[in-house]
Amino acid sequence: MKKPTVLKYLDILSLVALLGATAMVFFYAPTERVMGAVQKVFYFHVAAGWVGMLSFFFAAIAGLLYLLKKKKIWDLVGVAAIEIGIVFILVNIVTGSIWARPIWNTWWTWDPRLTTATIMELVYIAYLMLRQGIDDPERRARFGAVYAIIGFLSVPLTFFSIRIFRTIHPVVIAGTDPTALGAFDMTPAMFQTMMVSIVVFSILFIDLIWHRIRLGKLANHVDELKFNIQD
Amino acid sequence: MNTTINTINYFIAGYVVIFGSIIGYVISLYVRWKNLKQEEEILTDVSDQK
Repeated sequence: MKKPTVLKYLDILSLVALLGATAMVFFYAPTERVMGAVQKVFYFHVAAGWVGMLSFFFAAIAGLLYLLKKKKIWDLVGVAAIEIGIVFILVNIVTGSIWARPIWNTWWTWDPRLTTATIMELVYIAYLMLRQGIDDPERRARFGAVYAIIGFLSVPLTFFSIRIFRTIHPVVIAGTDPTALGAFDMTPAMFQTMMVSIVVFSILFIDLIWHRIRLGKLANHVDELKFNIQD
Repeated sequence: MNTTINTINYFIAGYVVIFGSIIGYVISLYVRWKNLKQEEEILTDVSDQK
């Protein structure tokens, strides 16, 4: 299985873009007056959350397409998207906790956003664990597709939790909740850095999912070889 | 007047987690790919000998 040229260029683009976004965070975005340097964690914290939710959205769409078309590729896309989503939501949760320590004076609190994000992460970790318990590939794919669609309900719940419930988690864009702790007004440079980070993480997501789908295809090929030998 | 809190350690910790996780995931993809390739080679050899 030869690596496509486009993927090679995408690897380079992802790396360069990630370094560029990091440089923007470190040197271009101003240091927030009250919170100091830790506020800069916000840019990649938001971008990681965006990619995590985008991944789960992809998985739900892939699940739907699998149920409609019954093609193996959609199962591979679904697993790939969920695996990447789990990594990025974990980054999102851990960086949020690191930010919270000096700003909220605690590593963790069962605030609606933190709680729903944790539930969402656990829902998708359970997806990977439950998949491993099903031997029949077709049943596993069907189960995965249905689970990815139903599991996606946790995504809007997490996204809107800070807008629906009373929470201390800041809503940075269009947020006016006076109970939020650690909210700040974004300067144009901060807003630009956040948007660039989101775009860069989206490019990284496309690169990673492509690699993960190739890995899934290779794993399927190895399984077929094993099956042929056993026959 | 607000004074800026010294939070540089948390900033560093945050970026260690971010890059550590991304690099860790890329390494896991690479290792799994290498292992599967090795397995594929062995299985192809066995299949050819049959």
